[in-house]
Amino acid sequence: MKKTKKPKLAVWKFSSCDGCQLSLLDCEDELLAVASAIDIANFPEASRAVSKGPYDISLVEGSITTPHDAERIHKIRRQSKTLITIGACANAGGIQALRNFKDVKEFTSIVYATPEYISTLSKSTPISDHVHVDFQLHGCPIDKYQLVEVLNAFLNGRKPNTPAYSVCIECKRRGIICRTVAFSQICLGPVTHAGCNALCPSYDRGCFGCFGPKETPNTTSFADYWSKLGMTDRDLVRKFRSINAYAKEFRLESEAHEG
Amino acid sequence: MKTKEPLPTPTVTIERKNLDVLFSALIKNGYNVIGPTVREGAIVYDLITASNNMPVGYTQEQNAGKYKLVKHGDQSVFGFNTAPLSWKKFLHPPTLELCHSHRDRNSVTITTPKIEPQKHAFVGVRPCDLAAISVLDKVFIASPYTDVGYQARRSDVFIVAVNCGQAAGTCFCVSMQTGPGATKGFDIALTEIIEKDRHYFVAEPGTDQGETILKSVPHKEANIYELKAAESQLENTAEQMGRKVDTTNIAELLTNNSDHARWQEVAKRCLTCGNCTMVCPTCFCSTIEDVTDLSGDNASRIRKWDSCFTLGFSYIHGGSIRSSVMSRYRQWLTHKFSSWHHQFGTSGCVGCGRCITWCPVAIDVTEELKAIRSNEQTNPSTKSTKEKQ
Repeated sequence: MKKTKKPKLAVWKFSSCDGCQLSLLDCEDELLAVASAIDIANFPEASRAVSKGPYDISLVEGSITTPHDAERIHKIRRQSKTLITIGACANAGGIQALRNFKDVKEFTSIVYATPEYISTLSKSTPISDHVHVDFQLHGCPIDKYQLVEVLNAFLNGRKPNTPAYSVCIECKRRGIICRTVAFSQICLGPVTHAGCNALCPSYDRGCFGCFGPKETPNTTSFADYWSKLGMTDRDLVRKFRSINAYAKEFRLESEAHEG
Repeated sequence: MKTKEPLPTPTVTIERKNLDVLFSALIKNGYNVIGPTVREGAIVYDLITASNNMPVGYTQEQNAGKYKLVKHGDQSVFGFNTAPLSWKKFLHPPTLELCHSHRDRNSVTITTPKIEPQKHAFVGVRPCDLAAISVLDKVFIASPYTDVGYQARRSDVFIVAVNCGQAAGTCFCVSMQTGPGATKGFDIALTEIIEKDRHYFVAEPGTDQGETILKSVPHKEANIYELKAAESQLENTAEQMGRKVDTTNIAELLTNNSDHARWQEVAKRCLTCGNCTMVCPTCFCSTIEDVTDLSGDNASRIRKWDSCFTLGFSYIHGGSIRSSVMSRYRQWLTHKFSSWHHQFGTSGCVGCGRCITWCPVAIDVTEELKAIRSNEQTNPSTKSTKEKQ
């Protein structure tokens, strides 16, 4: 068979915990197939070997939190044919976007002995605030099967199957009993993007919203309903303000309940 | 599945202690028995082998957005109503591979998974769910496009229906004329009677197979007293209905009120999460996903339950037709209670109440329909046509 040039893949890290890029190493059964279909040109978690750009696919993990990051992402964009952001940090600013609701200088003065050495931006922002993003893969962390699906779709020139409907649809397909209706547990499933295959509800816990807002999320009705059941504004703020705190719909809802 | 008429054998009674003989008779005849059982704080339909696998002494409290499994005083086997998820999952699986294709250097081979007929006995099918199965039969078998998979899964299902001895807070089968007693579509229909010193079932055969199975279970011909007890129990249940719907000209009511202000109001509450459609025993919509392996040499076509509440459902070139929440809720309710009649000659709603119980913000279809009827706002277009006439 004629040897065709394999597409070059690069993995880039910004402010993040590395959990999403580790999903690629976590692919286990699929990893060899991925490695044989793709030339992994830059992936610091796996190897120190780096090949030069340009790259066919760049997977970008993490949010932009420093002036240096804000420049680096433009360089990466220029070298990448397709840029895919992976995870809540890259897509919505991540848990570190909690700073966006406060004064970051106050934090650095408490945490660091010499805060003047810290060069950081006032906000943690998603990659799409800085450069054009071709595809966003959600999750905290992303689901490894969805990552393989996205790479797969890219290699085969088709649309990835990563629907933006609610977690409830995945929950009901699996035959899981609703945490909210049967056990009065708060579950963000009805306003959260599917993709985890209802992981938390399958372990008897309500959804934490790791995959961010679903398509057309009605967070207002959701919050009104829980207010009527006795949930305080403070708790509602905390519910929406976690891993995807800075995702637009969750941010607006948490702000609506702030005193 | 042929309904036998008139019934040549009389209705019989089976004592509680002999209920397990019915199970063994079904198993002996090669059926996998599927019935209600308690799992993780709820009642689910799953594989069972004897009556002690069933929710003996349990009932369910149901209201809009609320479900609770509770123990009650007696030893009833069927002292609850419909389980959270219907029988739909056995006949129309949530995820199903339709075909697989393999590419090699010179050719593409397409294979379809072999459809294995399943010999299932559904035990404890409520009259509303019986009606739902007959609705699915219309959609998948008695339509111009028969779903051969559904047909195969459905063909060898033995149904033991159970008449309802109580109604849940969200039940409205009386309004939809599907219950609380089963009239057709079953092989055997049971009514559970608990008296001070006796616990028994009035059993009515509905088909030849049902009659054969009943013959192998110790039974007695039902006397007038026992038949009356079963009848009066159904009357009590009918009076207990938690909800009701006025179905007078309901198909026209909805088509004439497509611009009613209530649609905007319910859209403010609806989460478009799709729970109502997933738990509905007649919602049959699905989507197709094509998946490939990394080499692209193998591809599978997967069918999954879908919902008219997703944007992808109405996506055509350029975008979704039903982008607003209002249009999606209206589509669902109107299809269920109105256009279903035109499409399949029956209502799409059987009054099981699952959509009310399992809505995470407690939206109640019976309330929505009442609100539209109480203040009809006939569409300007329809009105002018009427005026012209």
